[in-house]
Amino acid sequence: MEIKAPTPQIPPAVWTEFKDLQEWEKYRQERPEGDKHSALFESLTEGIHHFPGGFVVTSAADAFLNWARKSSVWPVTFGLACCAIEMMATFASRFDVERLGMVPWASPRHSDLMIVSGTVSIKMAPMLKRIYDQMPDPKWAVSMGSCANSGGPFRHGYHVVKGVDRVIPVDVYVPGCPPPPESLLNGLLLLQEQITYFRRTGRRAAPTEKVD
Amino acid sequence: MSHDQARARIQERFGVAAEGGGPLLIVSVAPDRWVELATFARDSLGCLYFNFLTAVDWKEQGLEVVTRVENLDVGLALVMKTRLGPGETGCPSLQPLYEGADWMERECYDMFGIRFAGHHDLRRILLPQDWEGHPLLKSYAVDTPHPPYR
Repeated sequence: MEIKAPTPQIPPAVWTEFKDLQEWEKYRQERPEGDKHSALFESLTEGIHHFPGGFVVTSAADAFLNWARKSSVWPVTFGLACCAIEMMATFASRFDVERLGMVPWASPRHSDLMIVSGTVSIKMAPMLKRIYDQMPDPKWAVSMGSCANSGGPFRHGYHVVKGVDRVIPVDVYVPGCPPPPESLLNGLLLLQEQITYFRRTGRRAAPTEKVD
Repeated sequence: MSHDQARARIQERFGVAAEGGGPLLIVSVAPDRWVELATFARDSLGCLYFNFLTAVDWKEQGLEVVTRVENLDVGLALVMKTRLGPGETGCPSLQPLYEGADWMERECYDMFGIRFAGHHDLRRILLPQDWEGHPLLKSYAVDTPHPPYR
């Protein structure tokens, strides 16, 4: 039987149509160092730091700023899979992350932390990166669960990103499948400890280059 | 109509004995009688409920399309199969007959690369539109790199 194979009309991928994402990529490439303060602020703080005795002021200011950052980490609610249930349990009254200063917020533009909770598929990865790019600096990311850490049980599937650190830089990895709320709380406390030692320049790590 | 009568009518019309026991009928036909069998199942046997459509990759022997339709009033289930032959990817579409076949055939095209002739909107349904390859084929390597995220 002769059937002519149709050629399906393939529309362009959705995320290529957004202009601002491309603008943002260009902006990021122009600033490879990550987020820095303005040059004037930079030279001013450097001057104070190298003035005799001035380091007391700058390090005290650093400590204060990092304390402020640590005490109000707002995670964007980004639930992808079953880990999101545990994340919601962590946000809810029994475990109550609000006592740590964390308010689950439904907008990336007001958030400092992204908890990637669940399997990241290749189709979802550009959207995840887009949401991450919408968050203002300084920002952090927690990879929650085996799937987000390494692909987990779906690592040898055809459609799963083998670890979310191929898409965005990750600060804390929480193991487990899924991690219980205690585990995630431990990860969030570790993150707060990291933020305490956050550098003044705000320089961030690049996504891990992985080969397998 | 009981399933024995349905069996007899299929034997009479298509010349194949239905496999399966009781109210489950399994009928294999050639691809050029595929639409005819589906029309017969819908109009004569009253199988109005389209259960699923999928495919099986038999490697060198080619692909096989499997469909199950049911007559819920008398409890009759008809599993229809067709072998496309080695290297064939063309198959007539059931979408004009059954509305339920629409997304099923799109998924089947997405996963197995079967081109359903006569389908009104044959696009990928689950994977991104720029995906290369059809993942549920046995010849598809699961670790195929897919830039930029793999």
